[in-house]
Amino acid sequence: MNHAASPVLALRLPLWRSRLLLALIAGGFLVLAGRAVYLQGLNNDFLQQKGESRYSRVLEISANRGKISDRHGEALAISTPVKSVWAIPEEVQYSSQQRAKLAALLELPLRDIDKRLNEATAFVYLKRQIPPEVAERVSELRIPGLFQNREYRRYYPGGDVMAQVLGFTGADDAGQEGIELAFQSTLAGKSGSRRVIKDRLGQIVEDTQSIREAQNGRDLVLALDAKLQNLAFSQLKLAVDSNKAKAGAIVVLDARTGEVLALANLPTYNPNNRNRLSGAQLRNRAITDTFEPGSTLKPFTVALAIELGKITPQSIIATAAGSLSIGKATIHDAHRFGDMTAAQVIQRSSNVGAAKIALSLPAEAMWGMFDKVGFGSAPRLGFPGEAGGKLRAYKSWRPIEQATMAYGHGISVSLLQLARAYTIFARDGELMPLSVLRVDTPLGGRPVISAATAHKLRDMLELAVQPEGTAPRARVMGYRVAGKTGTAHKEENGAYARHKFVSSFVGLAPVSDPRLVIAVMLDEPSAGQYFGGAVAAPVFSAVMGGALRMLGVPPDAPLKPLELPPEGSEIKESV
Amino acid sequence: MLLALLTACALGLVTSQHQARKLFAELEREQERTMQLDVEWGQLQLEQSTWAMHARVERVARDRLHMGAPDAKRTQVVLPATAQAGR
Repeated sequence: MNHAASPVLALRLPLWRSRLLLALIAGGFLVLAGRAVYLQGLNNDFLQQKGESRYSRVLEISANRGKISDRHGEALAISTPVKSVWAIPEEVQYSSQQRAKLAALLELPLRDIDKRLNEATAFVYLKRQIPPEVAERVSELRIPGLFQNREYRRYYPGGDVMAQVLGFTGADDAGQEGIELAFQSTLAGKSGSRRVIKDRLGQIVEDTQSIREAQNGRDLVLALDAKLQNLAFSQLKLAVDSNKAKAGAIVVLDARTGEVLALANLPTYNPNNRNRLSGAQLRNRAITDTFEPGSTLKPFTVALAIELGKITPQSIIATAAGSLSIGKATIHDAHRFGDMTAAQVIQRSSNVGAAKIALSLPAEAMWGMFDKVGFGSAPRLGFPGEAGGKLRAYKSWRPIEQATMAYGHGISVSLLQLARAYTIFARDGELMPLSVLRVDTPLGGRPVISAATAHKLRDMLELAVQPEGTAPRARVMGYRVAGKTGTAHKEENGAYARHKFVSSFVGLAPVSDPRLVIAVMLDEPSAGQYFGGAVAAPVFSAVMGGALRMLGVPPDAPLKPLELPPEGSEIKESV
Repeated sequence: MLLALLTACALGLVTSQHQARKLFAELEREQERTMQLDVEWGQLQLEQSTWAMHARVERVARDRLHMGAPDAKRTQVVLPATAQAGR
């Protein structure tokens, strides 16, 4: 067959058909080129980002919260990772068997799980902060729509013994109370991040960008001594229980360094299980609550009088009548002793005596003394809610107020302030700055009174714990102890409550070279006894004795059994 | 000649890249292990201090082992000075 002779070739196509085809194809190319320019040039960033998201991931590097330990390195608060289980309710599919297993593992009733998974939200926590082992078994159930993420949980091995001091952290690992809050910026870590390329199996292949390193929180070493803290706490608990007190607090200070060695409060709580917490349990009373200290303030008045040369410990103060009238008010003593020396005013805790001494002093000097030992201003330990107490300006003092302030009424302080103020007697006249962190090189104190006056006061305070004083039960076998009782009516709604008392004792030992200052306070003891010498002094004695032995302080008194006066026969202080 | 050199170089690059990724994965695994050990250390520390808490030790000593602190009457204090004199 002759192709050339084909009739098809003989056909002449119209020219427009080939032109049209050419135009169409050219148009198609133009569209493609336009799209290419659009994708490559204009939309490049968006696409690149989309592409990268297929294989590159930004990972968060979580940082650990710092550890809190006591002065000997014993751990008091540690964070460990835990898992939280969450779900996208719409995506969850499980058999009834899986459901039962899940409920058992999470220790949740079936009803709760059903309720949460039927919620119309895109995200729901099933249970937060479960141990990693349990989380592992939950993920082995392989339930779609169920996810886990990593969180930190803080544990407090000490439990209720030091709950208020340490405080606690919230679910997001931020401090909420106590040291956890006060040192939040030190303890908290900064989480870092890194951008990586992952392969098909989810393994990290390469870092693509510079890594932002995670910064772990710094560890904190406290001044607290866990052993001493436990001793103080258990003795305080005994006393609060046996005296049916509403609350109690104790502070143990190292007189040489100003460190807070122990600080306990009751009522307390377990920081590892914080269901049903009340404000009363949370309060760090020793720091945030102020009270009228009562007779524990007498030594400051007497110290000032001695410092100003108005009296000597042997000066005779006439308290003959056992009462003193100033204007309309009358100050009473519990006993009538007749004339007594200034030392006996402290020993027997005479209100009239202290008031008489105070009235011989200028108001400005007395205010200056209280101000210098730190009353009326917060001790600035860094704790949340530190109380400064109430110290009115001396210009507004009336004589009766000046007289009552001499024995601790009309002025309020926190237990910590009181303990700190007593460092002037323990440290030859110096007021020590306090620290909750371990101090390696102690700072010097600020001189308030002369060493000679401090020595005289120490001797007078030692008399107060002798059988003729108000607190023979504060004595410790083998050590010379000095201290002062305080018993004050509680102030309620602007008036003094008749039968509600705050009993306290502040003291130091050993007298020959003071090492510790301990302050004890019991709120509303209601088992019959309420004098500081009967309620608070025994706690002081037990803690001081135990603590001095623990610290290996050599005894400075003969080891003779102490003779205690029969119950209730000691000299009552005036209230 | 140049082509052969180029191929060789390209292959070299591929191998070294592969090597690098393998090593990186290993590094990653080791870092993961470090973290896990760190976590375990924290947990062990926690366990130790929970078991060794003074309140618990005291309770065990008192109740289970029937121990008690000697009272002051039965305590003899030896001061460094007297100890040296006695030697």
